Amino acid sequence: MIPPAPVALIDYGSGNLHSAGKALERAAREGGSGKSVLVTADPDVVRRADRIVLPGVGAYADCRRGLDAVPGMVEALTEAVIERGRPFLGICVGLQLMATRGREHGDTAGLGWIEGEVVKIEPGDAALKIPHMGWNSLDVARAHPLLAGIPTGEDGLDAYFVHSYHLNAARAGDVIATTSYGGAVTAMVGRDNLAGTQFHPEKSQRLGLALLANFLKWAP
Amino acid sequence: MLKVRVIPCLDVKDGRVVKGVKFVDLRDAGDPVEAAKAYDAAGADELCFLDITASVEARSTLIDVVSRTAEQCFMPLTVGGGVRTVEDIRALLNAGADKVSINTAAVNRREFVREAAEKFGEQCIVVAIDAKKVSAEGEPDRWEIFTHGGRNRTGIDAIEYAKEVVALGAGEILLTSMDRDGTGEGFDLKLTRAISDAVTVPVIASGGVGTLDHLVDGIREGGASAVLAASIFHFGTFTIGAAKQALGAAGLPVRLHGGDIGGGDVEETGR
Repeated sequence: MIPPAPVALIDYGSGNLHSAGKALERAAREGGSGKSVLVTADPDVVRRADRIVLPGVGAYADCRRGLDAVPGMVEALTEAVIERGRPFLGICVGLQLMATRGREHGDTAGLGWIEGEVVKIEPGDAALKIPHMGWNSLDVARAHPLLAGIPTGEDGLDAYFVHSYHLNAARAGDVIATTSYGGAVTAMVGRDNLAGTQFHPEKSQRLGLALLANFLKWAP
Repeated sequence: MLKVRVIPCLDVKDGRVVKGVKFVDLRDAGDPVEAAKAYDAAGADELCFLDITASVEARSTLIDVVSRTAEQCFMPLTVGGGVRTVEDIRALLNAGADKVSINTAAVNRREFVREAAEKFGEQCIVVAIDAKKVSAEGEPDRWEIFTHGGRNRTGIDAIEYAKEVVALGAGEILLTSMDRDGTGEGFDLKLTRAISDAVTVPVIASGGVGTLDHLVDGIREGGASAVLAASIFHFGTFTIGAAKQALGAAGLPVRLHGGDIGGGDVEETGR
């Protein structure tokens, strides 16, 4: 029997692969998808992958440079995700890279998959600290398979955020969920086979593992 | 709404959890990975590992403990102790840490904070400030930075230092009162308030928690975004749940669900 094609977790020198990899493996076991997870910097693996996760920690421009520094990676991602419609999940800066551009320390081009800019969070209340750091609830704008079965809202499960910037999406329909921090902050975006979480599912305990299990089963 | 964070801190030496009473008498309180799993299941909002001997003995940091913890605990993890170089930070982040705490290295060379923040992002750079009151009775309050477990007085004003490291890119301040640490008398609330008001980033209050009311005070009076404690949790005086209940009863936003994912699979190897 041919083993299920792997879930490609892209290694481009942007940290947190260990946590994301282990969380995906756990979600695969518990969710019964049986999918194997492969941490990879190989564009050919990405091209053949069943689905793709792009993590990201750190500064926007650094992450973009890291992605560009892997020869053929952006092309492989574009081919797999945009041309062939493989399910894609961007996490934190991985979500932000889906945007048209980032505006952290100057302008940096994103992948241009979700129209909008990554801008600094400007809470309405000046007493609120930046980074937005900690557990916050999700306000779901539209139902999405990745959130299936997960209790959200003030009485639901919280997600773990650590960020100073967020994606200001040009199309409201691309926003799946927001979180409240002196105003609405983008928590989750997506369209078609693309999804991204500003929070860290690999650090969000029950909510995170449930979301990853949903991603592994997702058939957009 | 953003929740107030309750953070158990695992002071680690030689791969074991300890808690120094004023950083002198060390008591063994178990395996850090087991403790981390227990706190994960109990709904702790973050975990903190501090290699308390690292600065003194120039020990390497806790890559292995971090890695094994991150395999089993899907919650935020801050690691500090002996972090001196960008490579130290990279290794910890790659092992599964979400934030890295810098202490002495930032005191010795402030530019390190900027280098770290530029490389990894401000959100994962925590600057740990160990402060002690140096003003005499009747004088205006003044605190200074101390290094090496409270032994070395630096002459650096704690409030000015906090502002400086935030300007350089610290994404969070882990503030420990060296006067209160290990005493159970509660946070130094004036210090906590002074630092919280002086910086734009979240402040974690640490040092001196003996009762659940102390946690409430740290947030309400001290203005902290998070509270960190060790002994009261490690030795079973209070549970994480009891801490959350107390904060919630005081009207502070807390996360009451979310833990216990580890419930049935403590036996897992993570392979």
